[in-house]
Amino acid sequence: MEVKRVIMTGNEAIALGAYEAGVSVGCAYPGTPSTEILENLSRYEGVNCNWSANEKTALEEGIGASMEGARVLVAMKHVGVNVAADPLLTLSYTGVGGGLVLISADDPGMHSSQNEQDNRHYARFAKIPLLEPSDSEEARDYVGAALDLSEKFDTPVMLRSTTRISHSRSTLIPGKRQEHEVTGFTKNPAKYVMLPGFARLRHPIVEDRLVALEEEAEKSPLNRIEPGSKKMGVLCSGVAYNYAREALPDATFLKLGFSHPLPKKLVRKFASMVDEIIVVEELDPFFEEQLLAMHLDVPVRGKELFGLLGELGAEIIREKVLGQKIEPIEVREDIPGRPPVMCPGCSHRGVFHTLKKLKLNVMGDIGCYTLGALPPLTSIDSCVCMGASIGMALGMARANPQSAEKTVAVIGDSTFLHSGITPLLDAVYNEAPITVMILDNSTTAMTGHQEHPGTGSTLQGEPSSAVNLEGLCASLGVKRVQAVDAFDLKELRSTIKSELEAKETSVVIVRRPCVFLLTEFDAPFWVDEDLCTACEACIKLGCPALSMKGEAAKINSTICTACGLCEQLCRFDAIRPAAEKEGVK
Amino acid sequence: MENQKSDILIAGVGGQGTILTGRIIASLAISEGLDVKTAETHGMAQRGGSVITHVRIGEKVYSPLIPQGDGDFLLSFEKLEALRWLPFLSPQGTVIVNTQELDPLPVLTGETEYSGGILEEIESKVGRLIAVDALSIDPVTKNARMVNTFLLGILATTMEFEKEKWLKVMEQEIKAKLVDINKQAFEAGWQFANK
Ligand SMILES: Cc1ncc(C[n+]2csc(CCOP(=O)(O)OP(=O)(O)O)c2C)c(N)n1
Repeated sequence: MEVKRVIMTGNEAIALGAYEAGVSVGCAYPGTPSTEILENLSRYEGVNCNWSANEKTALEEGIGASMEGARVLVAMKHVGVNVAADPLLTLSYTGVGGGLVLISADDPGMHSSQNEQDNRHYARFAKIPLLEPSDSEEARDYVGAALDLSEKFDTPVMLRSTTRISHSRSTLIPGKRQEHEVTGFTKNPAKYVMLPGFARLRHPIVEDRLVALEEEAEKSPLNRIEPGSKKMGVLCSGVAYNYAREALPDATFLKLGFSHPLPKKLVRKFASMVDEIIVVEELDPFFEEQLLAMHLDVPVRGKELFGLLGELGAEIIREKVLGQKIEPIEVREDIPGRPPVMCPGCSHRGVFHTLKKLKLNVMGDIGCYTLGALPPLTSIDSCVCMGASIGMALGMARANPQSAEKTVAVIGDSTFLHSGITPLLDAVYNEAPITVMILDNSTTAMTGHQEHPGTGSTLQGEPSSAVNLEGLCASLGVKRVQAVDAFDLKELRSTIKSELEAKETSVVIVRRPCVFLLTEFDAPFWVDEDLCTACEACIKLGCPALSMKGEAAKINSTICTACGLCEQLCRFDAIRPAAEKEGVK
Repeated sequence: MENQKSDILIAGVGGQGTILTGRIIASLAISEGLDVKTAETHGMAQRGGSVITHVRIGEKVYSPLIPQGDGDFLLSFEKLEALRWLPFLSPQGTVIVNTQELDPLPVLTGETEYSGGILEEIESKVGRLIAVDALSIDPVTKNARMVNTFLLGILATTMEFEKEKWLKVMEQEIKAKLVDINKQAFEAGWQFANK
């Protein structure tokens, strides 16, 4: 049989690894750079995959599946682990049934994230093993290794990817699936019921397990010394290994694939082989501090060279370690930026245009609509984490009741269902007169248009029940709930104004499907140049289909989706629907 | 392959097909027994933002990222993006650029202007510049989404793989109903470069 190398992303490889290792349940909430893991896993036979409402519910579903005896993969982006941290830290005590691997996809450099927290700390915090693959092949292999460890040591295992693993492609040879029997649940209260009395008995087991895991890490093939020059030892893990291997080909390496608990004997052996250790790691001095605490006989350097911020790369390592500074081609500094923008026809645009006009304080949230913070809309005043908008608006109102008259919370539909319901409950329960706008575009757009409990469709595209947002809010006790059309600027404005005046909690659901979900549009609008006064009222929408070059506004007919917002803003009737122009269908 | 490596940067605006182009090059290289790694932009930057795909080919590739100053080729589907990503190219490198201008939002809103003199600046700083208005050439005239495979056709003439192999990989990597027009675009690029 011909063995053929194929090329795949780290996320595809993680899904393949889970399939090959007999995983039969996959759980996740989307989040860049982790999203494609579950999407890919769901395409394999015999794996029950579904989107969860958030990362906490995803992990809890994973725990249940594991208790039933299944092998389980749970995937999320780094900040998702914050949401799932509550079950995670006690799951460490209960241990597992079938193997459970938690994929944490970190984002050094913040390509698509609100922070660049280093989730290796979670493995230490939860006292669970940590695996860090360096490319797609290892990503595939380590999923199986993680599940084996999980079952052998009765522990969840964290596998940490980063953007440059998840969204890089490299080669591997696919293998076959090893079926794993789902054995069924065995009652065991002392293991699974974490009352204090039982938990006190589990804690020493966790500590002993950590000692045993360290022994395992000492002999694990995932950790290896690669001999080289005695002068320099490089200790690293994850994608940093590949950067360092390229930059420092002569050094002796300690490559850690099974990186927590740290195999200290192996580190000491490595230290005895070299004159100096350079720790090459992105973000925090996770290894470096542990090495320093070991009081090795050789000097250890890391963060003094590389700092604590962002991503590394081979050129940075060459410069900081070898002093080889390259002189890249210099280009002018004033190149116009190309920030991401709301699409033409985006249902969020009119909302932020209106909020800006009304000069409100806008407690924002996370999703495509966060782009409303950028010019020219510039109308979001906060973005902390998913779901934060509502609680923050409530907090403002509690500090100063008058603030509610000029403050709104703005939250996407997926984000509302992820973690917006509980703060809304706080608001109605405590009779706070805040105004919440749910921007319902029927999808999780930011991460690539995933289904969610409000879309009426599952991960696999099967029809399912869709939560009724009006009914949901009403059932929480919100009396003022209404829906408006995202493309009706007049109604948007009047509704927001009246709800700000109301002395009780109100919810405005702003509705229109994401333009990505649509395939047919009315023919584009056009500008009657004789009527256009170049007042630029339309330009303030920040629509990529509109520009102001010369004497009149221009509409790019290849990308205009005829949403009609600009027409509503034009006081001179210069923006016209296509129907009036000949030859346009 | 010359000095055993080829580092290719593919730049563009989100939605122009940098990832697909990288995948085609990568698949061909592995089918020829070479090692390959790529790094791609997903997520936030895809909303009309600036995007870059790194493709690294060699006997053994470690880092998926092309270090600054190291790139052999910069394939850019838009003019301003070629300038933006130039520091990743080696001063001896080759730039293949579609001269189309796609105004970023700050230009559309009049906050700033689209840079002038881009091609002159690039030409003065790199080994070789191939600039072409892809949209003026069939079949890109009919479908602007073919810019990527047209430029790929130009790049392909500088690499050592046979044309038939490129076309075969495109059949595997591209959706069936778009294969033919993409092959035509590739062919047009190939012809353009050999003119
Ligand atoms: C805890 C956490 N999980 C996941 C993400 C990734 N993420 C950012 S926004 C978003 C959801 C966006 O959907 P929605 O609220 O419907 O807004 P849209 O993008 O559709 O406008 C997700 C999943 C995150 N930032 N934090």
